[in-house]
Amino acid sequence: MKAASDPELQQHQRILRLHRFDLGRRDFFKVLGGGLVVCVASGRLAAQESGDGGRRQVSETLDSWLHIGETGQVTVFTGKVEVGQNIRTSLAQQVSEELRVPVSTITMVMGDTDLTPYDMGTFGSRSTPQMGTQLRKVAASARAVLTQMAAERWHTDEANLLAAEGTIRDPKSRRVISYADLTRGQKLTKVVFNDPPETSADKWKVAGTSTPKKNAQDFVTGAHKYVSDLSVPGMLFGKVVRPNAFHANLASCDGSQAEKMPGVTVVRDGDFVGVAAEDRGTAERAAAAVRAQWNAPAQPSESELFDYLKTHEQKEKDPDDEIIKGSVEEARVWAAKTLQQTYTVAYIAHVPLEPRAAVAEWKGSKLTVWTGTQRPFGVRSELAQAFHISEDDIRVIMPDTGSAYGGKHTGEAAVEAARLAKTAGKPVKLTWTREEEFTWAYFRPAGVIEVRSGVKDGTLAFWEFDNYNSGPSGMSTPYEVANQRVAFHPSDAPLRQGSYRSLAAAANHFARESHMDELAHELKMDPLEFRMKNLKDERLRAVFQAAADKFGWAKAKNSPSQGFGIAGGIEKGGRVATVAEVSISRGEVKVVRVVEAFDCGAVVNPQGLRNQIAGAVVQGLGGALFEAIHFENGRILNPHLAEYRVPRFSDAPQIDVVLVDRKDQPSMGAGETPLVGIAPAVANAIFNASGIRLRSMPLLARGLPSKAT
Amino acid sequence: MALTLLVNGKEHNLEVSPEEILLYVLRDRLDLTGAKYGCGEGQCGACTVLIDGSAVRSCRTQVSAAAGKKITTIEGLARGDTLHPVQKAFVQAEALQCGYCTPGMILSAVALLDHTPKPTGKQIVRYMDGNICRCGTYERIIEAVRFAATFSRSKHESGV
Repeated sequence: MKAASDPELQQHQRILRLHRFDLGRRDFFKVLGGGLVVCVASGRLAAQESGDGGRRQVSETLDSWLHIGETGQVTVFTGKVEVGQNIRTSLAQQVSEELRVPVSTITMVMGDTDLTPYDMGTFGSRSTPQMGTQLRKVAASARAVLTQMAAERWHTDEANLLAAEGTIRDPKSRRVISYADLTRGQKLTKVVFNDPPETSADKWKVAGTSTPKKNAQDFVTGAHKYVSDLSVPGMLFGKVVRPNAFHANLASCDGSQAEKMPGVTVVRDGDFVGVAAEDRGTAERAAAAVRAQWNAPAQPSESELFDYLKTHEQKEKDPDDEIIKGSVEEARVWAAKTLQQTYTVAYIAHVPLEPRAAVAEWKGSKLTVWTGTQRPFGVRSELAQAFHISEDDIRVIMPDTGSAYGGKHTGEAAVEAARLAKTAGKPVKLTWTREEEFTWAYFRPAGVIEVRSGVKDGTLAFWEFDNYNSGPSGMSTPYEVANQRVAFHPSDAPLRQGSYRSLAAAANHFARESHMDELAHELKMDPLEFRMKNLKDERLRAVFQAAADKFGWAKAKNSPSQGFGIAGGIEKGGRVATVAEVSISRGEVKVVRVVEAFDCGAVVNPQGLRNQIAGAVVQGLGGALFEAIHFENGRILNPHLAEYRVPRFSDAPQIDVVLVDRKDQPSMGAGETPLVGIAPAVANAIFNASGIRLRSMPLLARGLPSKAT
Repeated sequence: MALTLLVNGKEHNLEVSPEEILLYVLRDRLDLTGAKYGCGEGQCGACTVLIDGSAVRSCRTQVSAAAGKKITTIEGLARGDTLHPVQKAFVQAEALQCGYCTPGMILSAVALLDHTPKPTGKQIVRYMDGNICRCGTYERIIEAVRFAATFSRSKHESGV
C-alpha cells in the first residue's frame, strides 16, 4: 500500500464521489417546513424539477443544497465540519454574497451524515477552494431560481429583475417581493446542473469582510455543547481497558470483579475490553477492576528511530513520489560548491484540547453516533465495517468540536462507544482521557530528510532531496533549479501515524529552507537575496518582499544575542513567507517577534484569516522548539501535558500578519500553509544569533547546544 | 455524604462522596458543562471555575472543598442577556477559535481583573500562563483582557 505515512494524500487520491442518495429520504420539508430546496448536481442532464414535496427520488450526484424557508430563513447543508477554523462563518459569508441575504438569516447544518451531502472530510485546506466554490454555486443558482419565480409571477423578463437583501426587485415598476413570500406555500425542489454566473471577488460585499464569528456568543457563555458535553436519556459512561503496549494481544481477561459492581457491563470482543456503568466514577473503578493480561511484541524505540526509518523503507512506491529534472550527476561535476546535510523531525501529537469523545445510541439495528471527527462520513464507514451493518442504518453527527488539527480523521471513540452501547443495551458516552489521546490517537510522522545541493555563481546547480517517512506534501522546491531529484520514501513506521496540520510540508520546508540558509551562508550572501536570485514565482517573491519590508529585514541587529531568520514557500496554492526574530540569553532562546506575509488568493474573512495565521505560527512554534513524543518498546513515555510541552502565553511572540489579498486569484485554504515557515525561520534566526545550526525538530529538545555542530 | 453546593447563586443539595471531583459533579450531575476536561492534572486550565472569586482548577478540586462556598461557572457569569465585560471583550476581539478553552480563559481573566483591574501585558501573561489555547489565540486573548479592563466596572458588578 502506498504511503501508509500519508493517509491524507491517499484520501486526496480516492475521491469517490459515487455516492448516490435518495433525496426523498432526507425530507427537508418535514424537518424545515415548506419552501424551496435548491440542489446543485454535477451531472450533465438538463435541469429537473419536482413539485411534489421532495418525495420524488432524485438519484444523481448532488454536491450541495440549501433550503429557503417560508419565513425567509436559509439553511445550508454541507458535510464539512467546524473545528475552530471558522468555516461556519466564512462559508455562510459566501452563501450570503451570492444569495443576497444577510449572514444572520443563514443557518449552517454541517457534518451530519443524514442531512448533509457526502463529503470526504475536512482536511487538506480544501473547504475554502472547493466547498466555498460549491456553496457559491448553489447560492447563485438559488438566486437564479428565485428571480425566475418572480419573473413568472410578474409576467416579466428575468433580465429586468435584481436580487438584494432577501428580495427580488423590479426597479422599473418598483415592485418588491421577499424570498419568503415567493416560497410560501411551496414545496419545491429544483436541481440545477449548469454553472450559474458568480460574483467576482472584486465585487464582493459580504465575502472579503470581517464578518463576526457566527455563534461566538455560545462559546463565551458555555452554551455550546461539544460532544463531551452531550447527554441522552438513560446514557451510561464507558471506559476502555487499554493494553500495556501497542500491538498487544489479550492473553487473558477476568472481568468478574467488575461485573459484581452494580449496573456495570463488561464487554470483551477480540482484543477489545471495556466497561459501561451508570456514572463515570463507577466506570473508572470497574475498568480498574478488570484483570487483563496482554502480550506485546518487542518494538522499536525512539533511540533508534531515524536509523529505523531509513532501513525500513517500504517496497511499493508511487511514481508520483519522485520528481526528476535534468541531470543531477552532470551538474555535480560543474557545480562550484556542494553541500550535504541531514535534517530530522520527531513524532509529535496534535493535542486537541477536547480529547476524542463519542455518544453512541442504538435503536434496534439503527445506530446514531455523535462524535468529534473531521470525517463524519469516514466514521460512518468505519462503524459499518465494525458492526457489519449498512451505512444506511448509521447516522454520524458532529457538533462543532474542540479542534483537531488533522488529528481526528478517525473514529476510534465512536466505534468503542458503539461497541459498549451494543452490549449494554443503552446509550454510552465515552470520553478519552488526555493520556489516552496522547497514546492511542495517531502522531505526525517522524522523518529523516537528506539534502544534497550544488551552486555556481549564486545559482542553484542541482538539488537532491530524499524524505524518509515524513511525507511528500510540500517536498518539491519552489526555487529554479534545472537539475533535481526529489523523492519520498515511505517507511514501515514504528508508531501509528497520520495527518497533521500542514502534514509533511512543515518538515519539508524545515529541511529546504534551513538548507537554503546554509547555502547562503556558504556563499556569504544575504539569505533573502540568495532566495530571490533563485526564485521566479511572482507571488512567492511578493510575499517574501512583503514580510521582509514589514520586519525591516535590512536593519542592523541591536545586539549580538539577537538573530533574524527568514523562510517561505508554496503550499496548497498559498504563498507564505515568515521572518523570525530570536534573542538568546544565557542559553535560553526566546522567539520575540514573527512577521508572516501570506497570499491565499482572494481573502474571504480577514479577521478569521488573521486568527488562523497567528494560531498556525503559535502551533508551529511548539513543533519547532520543544514538542516531541518519547517512546520505548511500544509505550509512550510522556503522555501528559506536564511532560509534553505545548506553547503557552509566555511562548507566544509578537505576531505581525501581512495579508496579501489577491482578488484576481481563487481563494485557497489557510489553516495549514501559515505553519510551514516558522520552524526554519526560527532555526535560521538561532544560527544568525549564535552560529549554531540546528537540524532536528524540535530544535531545543535538549536546550541550545554550547557549540556549533 | 449529603453536601450543599452553591453554584451560580443556586443551592444544590447532593448525595456524593467527599472525594468526588468538582469538575465531574458540575458536568455530570448538574449539567453545567461549560467547565471542560482538558488534562485532569491542572495543566491546561480548561476546567477553571471561580470559588469565592478565585480561579480554581475544578479537575483537581474535591467536591468537599467547594461545599458551602460560592462557585461561579461560565454559565453563571452573564446577567440574563447581558454578557459580563470579559465575555463581551472575547466576542468583540474574536479571541477564540475552537472555543474549548474559552470558558476557562474567561473565568481566569475575570479573577485576574478582580484583583488587578488594570493589568500590564506581563501581568496578563504571568497570570494566564496556566491556561492553554491549543489553537494559539494568545495575542487576541491578551487583547480581550486589556479591552475588558477598559470597560466600566460599574456596568457589571461581577459579584463573583
